Parts: sequence; C-alpha cells; structure tokens
Amino acid sequence: MVQREHSAEMAQDFAGVDRALLLADLARILPAAALLSADEDLKPYECDGLSAYRQVPLAVALPDSEAQVVAVIKACRAAGAPIVARGAGTGLSAGALPHPQGVVLSLAKLKKILHVDPVARVAVVQPGVRNLAISEAAAPLGLYYAPDPSSQIACSIGGNVAENSGGVHCLKYGLTLHNVLRVRAVTVAGDIVEFGNQALDAPGYDLLALSIGSEGMLAVVTEVTVKLVPKPEQAQVIMASFDDVMKAGEAVAAVIAAGIIPAGLEMMDKPATAAVEPYVKAGYDLNAEAILLCESDGTAEEVAEEISRMKAVLETSGATEIRVSQSEAERLRFWAGRKAAFPAAGRISPDYYCMDGTIPRKRLGEMLTAIYAMEKKYRLRCINVFHAGDGNLHPLILYDANVAGELERTEAFGAEILKLSVDLGGTITGEHGVGYEKINSMCDQFGSDELRAFHAVKRAFDPEGLLNPEKGVPTLHRCAEFGRMHVHGGQIKFPELERL
Amino acid sequence: MEEDQINLFRTRILERKPLRIRGGSSKDFYGGPLAGDILDTRAHAGIVSYEPTELVITARCGTPLAELESALAARRQFLACEPPRFGGATVGGAVAAGLSGPRRAAVGSLRDFVLGVRIMDGEGRVLKFGGEVMKNVAGFDVSRLMTGALGTLGLVLDVSLKVLPLPAGDASLRFEMPQDKALAALNRWAGQPLPLVASCWQDGVLTIRLSGAQAAVAAACASLGGEALAAADEFWNGLREQSAAFFAGDAPLWRLSLPSVAPPLESPGDPLIEWGGAQRWLRGDADAAQLRQAAVAAGGHATLFRGGDKTGGVFAPLQPALMEVHRRLKHSFDPYGVFNPGRLYPEF
Ligand SMILES: Cc1cc2nc3c(=O)[nH]c(=O)nc-3n(C[C@H](O)[C@H](O)[C@H](O)COP(=O)(O)OP(=O)(O)OC[C@H]3O[C@@H](n4cnc5c(N)ncnc54)[C@H](O)[C@@H]3O)c2cc1C
Repeated sequence: MVQREHSAEMAQDFAGVDRALLLADLARILPAAALLSADEDLKPYECDGLSAYRQVPLAVALPDSEAQVVAVIKACRAAGAPIVARGAGTGLSAGALPHPQGVVLSLAKLKKILHVDPVARVAVVQPGVRNLAISEAAAPLGLYYAPDPSSQIACSIGGNVAENSGGVHCLKYGLTLHNVLRVRAVTVAGDIVEFGNQALDAPGYDLLALSIGSEGMLAVVTEVTVKLVPKPEQAQVIMASFDDVMKAGEAVAAVIAAGIIPAGLEMMDKPATAAVEPYVKAGYDLNAEAILLCESDGTAEEVAEEISRMKAVLETSGATEIRVSQSEAERLRFWAGRKAAFPAAGRISPDYYCMDGTIPRKRLGEMLTAIYAMEKKYRLRCINVFHAGDGNLHPLILYDANVAGELERTEAFGAEILKLSVDLGGTITGEHGVGYEKINSMCDQFGSDELRAFHAVKRAFDPEGLLNPEKGVPTLHRCAEFGRMHVHGGQIKFPELERL
Repeated sequence: MEEDQINLFRTRILERKPLRIRGGSSKDFYGGPLAGDILDTRAHAGIVSYEPTELVITARCGTPLAELESALAARRQFLACEPPRFGGATVGGAVAAGLSGPRRAAVGSLRDFVLGVRIMDGEGRVLKFGGEVMKNVAGFDVSRLMTGALGTLGLVLDVSLKVLPLPAGDASLRFEMPQDKALAALNRWAGQPLPLVASCWQDGVLTIRLSGAQAAVAAACASLGGEALAAADEFWNGLREQSAAFFAGDAPLWRLSLPSVAPPLESPGDPLIEWGGAQRWLRGDADAAQLRQAAVAAGGHATLFRGGDKTGGVFAPLQPALMEVHRRLKHSFDPYGVFNPGRLYPEF
C-alpha cells in the first residue's frame, strides 16, 4: 500500500499502484459489466468535453448504489490508487480526465430522481441525474431547477455541483451554489457525510459551500437536494444591435446601473452571430458589431414594465436596432442562436477551444478589443459569446489540431486571455472549473500562500491526495517549473522555489 | 497606514496567544464562551471600493455595517440579505457570524453574497480568495468557508459583497391565521411566482413583505388580500435587529433552522416564525437535548442563540467524520489555536 501525505510542493507518484490486485478487489465489488478494464472499453472515458487532453485510465467502475461507491473508494484507497469521479463527461476543463494509475468512478448509473416535493419545493436526486431531467420532473408542478448550463440536456447534477455550474439565467437566479440545499457524499475514508441539510443552513463551517465547485477533489457526491423555484408566468427577450463592441459593453453596465437585474443578459460579437445564423436562423442582425440579448421574466405586468425600462436604457446607450420577442416561439428562437454557439463553432472549424474567464462588466469592450489584437498575433480566429451580465466570457478560439503548431498557438492565445482576465480584476474561470486545463493559469491568479491554503483544504478531506489528483490546484513545484516569473508588485511569485 | 495596521494585527497573531477578535461587540452574546485577549478590528475600517454598476462593494473588516449600508442607499442599492446590525456591527463581524435578516429565504444568505475575502491566517500571512466578480470558480471557495466560521479560521481583513438594486415596489400585508395555516399558506405562496420576500408569524398574525417591480407588487396585493401594514420598515427592522418585543428580556433564545414545511413543533411557548417557516425562534428554558433532537428529526438543527446555559454547547453537535474535517481545517488555517478558541465548538 502506497500511502503518503498529499503535499502542496510536489505531485505524488502513483507508479506503485498494483493494477492486477486492484482489479481483483474491484471485481469482488462490482458485476463484470460494471467494471471496465479492456482498452477498447476504456477509450470512451479517455477525455471529457475538452478532447484536447486524453488519457486512458487503469479501469472504469460503474457502481449502481451508494454502497458500491463506498466499496470502490475503499478498494482504491487500500491500493493507493487515484479516484476520478465522472458524471456525464461534458466538463470543459478536463476535470474528469482520467489518471493513468487511477480508476474512473462513473456516477452515471446513479440516475434516480428520488423525491420531488412540490410543497417544500425541493428535489432529492442521485448524482447521475441530468440537469434538465430535474426541471422536466418538476414542470408539472409549475416548478423548475434554475441553473441552466447550455449542456443541460446531458450534464449531470453531480458534475454541476462539482463545477458550481451556471447558465444564462444565473445573473438573476444564481449558480449551483445558490440552488443546492444539501449534498450527500462519500469521503476518501469511505464515510458517508452530509453537507447542508433540509433547512436553509447547517451548524459548523459551511462545508456545503466548500464542496460546491470542488471538482471531485474533496469527496464523491452521491445525492443532492436541490431547490425548485416557481416558473415565471412570462418571459420576453430584447435583441439589441450595436455598431461598436465598446458601446455594447457600456450598454451592459448601463442596464445594471439603471437598477435592473435582467433574467439573462448575453452578448455575441459579429463573428459569433455570423457563425450561428446560417445554422440556427435565429434572425440575428448580421451587420451589427455586437448584439445583446436582454431578458425579463416574471408576471405579465412585471415583464411589461421591465422591458420598457430596458428598451429605454439600450436606446440611450446607442443601440442601432431593437427587437422585442413577440411570442414564446420567437423568444426561444433568439435564444437558440446563443445556446447553439458551441456546436456552431464546431461546424465552421475542425476544432475550437472555449475559454471561461470572468471580468468586471465595465471591461467587456476592452477585453474584446484585446482579443481582436490577439487574433492577429496568434493568427487564429476567435468568436465571442459572453454571459455579459455577470462578466463571464466564452471566447471560442477556432483551430485545426491537424495543422502543426495550431494547438500550441491556441493554448498560448487562451492563456493570454486568462492572464488578461486576472489583470483586469477578474478570474481565470467563471463556471467551467480549473480541472487539468487551467492548472497553469492558477499560478497567474494565486500566490504560493493561497495555493498552500488550497492544498491544506484538500488535505483536510483527503489526506493522501487520492481524489482527482493533479487537478484544480497546481503544486508549487509546478508553478515554479512552469516558469511564469510574472513580477507581481515587484516580487517574483514563487521566490522560495528553485527554478528548474 | 493600512500596512501599519496589518502589521499590528500580525504582531499580535504571531505571539501565538489566544485572541478574541472583536468588531463592534454587537455579537458578544453569540457563540461559545469568550476567551482570549481582545483583538479590536475597528482601526482597519473604510470602504475600499464601490462600483454600483458592478454590483459589488469592498470594505475593510472594521467598517460599521451601517456606514456601508448608507453608502449603498445613496446609490439606491442594498445588502439584500440584511445582516443584523445589533447596534454597532462591523462588516467583518457580520461575515464571521454569517447571520442574515428577514429576506433570507427569498434572496439568499450573507454567504451567498460574499464574493471574496482577504484574511490573515494564524501564521500572519495575508491570503486573498475569491474576488469582485459574480462568477469565480478558481480554487476552493474559501471566502464562503470564512462566512459563519465565527472568526475561528482567520482574521477577516476585507470583504467583497454582492449588492442589489433597491426594489421599486414594496408592500407589507397582514393576515389573522393560526400557526399551521400560516405555514401552509407560506409554503403554497412560495411555490407561486409572487414577489414574496419576507414573512413573520407570531401570536396568530402572519405578516408578509412583497418587494419587486411595482406592477408585480400591486398585482400580488390585489390577489392575496389581507390588510396593509403601516410602518412596515419599522416592523421588519424590529425582526432584523431583534428589537421587537418577542426578543426582549433575559429568557434563553433558541433558533431553530428547519425545513419550511416542518409542522409546528411542540414547545412550551409560541414561536416566532420567519423565512417562510424555515427559521423559528423560541423563548424560555426548553430542554436542550429534547429541542435539538426534535430539530434534527424535522430535518434541521437548533442553536442556543442568546442567553441560557452554554455549558451544553451552543451549536448543534457535528457528525464525527465532519468534526474531524473541522479540526483539520482549523489546524491548517490556525495551527496555534490563536483565533477565537471555543467560540464555535469547545473542541477547537
Ligand atoms: C456544449 C457545452 C455547453 C456547456 N455549457 C455550460 C454552461 O452554460 N455553463 C456551465 O457552467 N457549464 C457548461 N458546460 C460545462 C459542463 O457541462 C459543466 O461543467 C457540467 O457541470 C459538467 O457536468 P458533467 O456531469 O458532464 O461532469 P463531468 O464532466 O463528468 O465532470 C466534471 C467534474 O466534476 C467531477 N464530478 C462529476 N461527478 C461527480 C460526483 N458525483 N462527485 C464528485 N465529483 C464529480 C469530475 O471529477 C470533474 O472534475 C458546457 C459543456 C458543453 C460540452
């Protein structure tokens, strides 16, 4: 048994994991069909939604009960083997990227909606339940689960909890964090724990908040109680065109300054509307440099009042054309273009790379202008869709992995966007998580003291560092090696570490 | 000057002797017994930045909550979670206690509004987590871990909070109703698209607050009926600040945090019920063990909020595996046990 303390300094070496022994142990827990170890069976698990990073795991376990989850975790721990939880595999930060010496613990078979309570307005679900399935189950009761990632037909609630996922409506309705009451999880020791409860708060430290967004690094989620909210009576969306991206960015700030919290406030630039329009026929203004989608929901009276206020602000901010959806069908069509931005990128380019920085709203125009300059610098195209209301950017860099050097240029382009997000007062990830993908960019955002604190948090739950190792938080060694000698306030960020 | 103050804090912390972090002393009553020498945060005060269009304000821990709120009010914004001021509360103390006011069930708790913190840990290091943007999932959510930790994990130096525009419409309504009917009505209304933001049931009277777009508030008033409440701000403030008559006197005050649908609990006196049924206050010498058990059985927990005999602990006991995680977290942020020992749990 390899047992070492998880450390902030250096990545752990799992070379000593005894594959045959571990497989034999797992075979005693799981039926043959629920334990994959042949190469061709492992292949589908080698990546998540970010396919640029691939790794075949040692095995894939597909438990169908919490008891089996506990047993699998205990077996992995006894073998000192990494455990990578996996939901639907739609993650965009290689969070569920397998570890070569580790087991992928798929929660896909735990997909029962256990309980929907229309009076308490909660649903208790297993982690493999799809996000949209919850809203579908609640719909007959006039309720829904508010966070709506664009991947909601596929992504699992366990994955949403792990990433603290958002959606186009989270400006008004909050992220996963704001919509989950309780998480039941299995620790690396095999203990079943509950963070939060059926009430609005729980005693002690807020481990519920800590576990949400923890990317499978603190515990494995086996059950979630989510809040359900009443479906708004009505919703209407404004589509506003701008002849200048700076003006569109300023309009976003102006809407908020007017005391309005739209149900959704999204921005697409000209290359983005050009990419989606032929595919979705949403009716976008293709001459506009940028368009905004600004939604109001609530009672009929409320929507009418808010839409007229929003229109006035957008007009004053220099919108060149304004259209208000006149029917539910038209509203959905306006949104369809936005929601199809990722697949549309996939249609016009062999590959695309989605970034996820967040910046203060007032810097949106500045960021876009900088991205246009980077397109020239890296000789790559980028189309931009933003959750503008909360400053969360999804630039989609278009590339072709088969062209030598393009992936590397793409990565450098992406890293520069993230670095700029930090410099503009924001963050490298708003909702997709750090995973394996952005681990180096974490060295831009945090100093060694913060990184040490993150590792200490990890150790408090997972002393041996078996849950999703080498994700989320870089080791100090990695940051030093990465050689990002950014000078912060006159200080090198990792002065105490030797440069390799 | 700010640096000097930070250095003063650091010097005290590096002495490795128990410290009792104190802001406006408005919540000395809250949590376990007070221990350690006072570390007064009030010299580290002031609003660092406030950007109304970004919906975020950043303030130093010693800033009076009232000062921060009047800065927001001047721009027609507010802290929707309404943390109590209990007199002179500071921003740091509010975050450490993590308490929220009457609107909590509808708008979220203080922790939901915390976007970032700067803290000093038990080794005198200044650490920054989260930030000033609405969405941020880089690294573990340590800012929210600090919220409600009662200062046991570190000295909160600065906090960034999300703020919201003041709703244009506001109305409060009253209904005569027994407890069970009031709980049923509150849960039914919360499942409808109504701008219902706060509620209070006491002595057979249910009071609710509607707040949002003017049109929505007017429509809800028309459909719900009831009797309009005059001096509504005063009423809701009385709950937020616990200056209402129910909270007067020395009898122990218990706070039950329950699922909103929990049926009325057996209790010696009548409760005061807030948050659509999810927060229930009791006065008097209840049997602590029985009360805690009833709260857990109902799916929640009980806190000895004010007064009473604290020897049995103030907060509900934790599952052993979770207590172990608490101990390790405490140890990693505060290895020498400097910050507020025993304030949250006697174990640390
Ligand atoms: C087309 C497309 C659109 C998207 N749009 C959005 C969007 O609008 N907003 C948004 O936020 N995201 C979006 N995403 C990203 C992704 O869908 C979310 O991050 C989602 O929450 C991942 O869920 P999953 O079940 O696929 O998780 P996976 O990809 O399987 O895993 C993600 C992470 O969660 C961990 N994990 C999974 N299940 C568990 C569990 N039970 N316990 C512990 N850890 C677990 C994994 O280890 C991994 O670190 C999009 C992705 C795609 C492909």
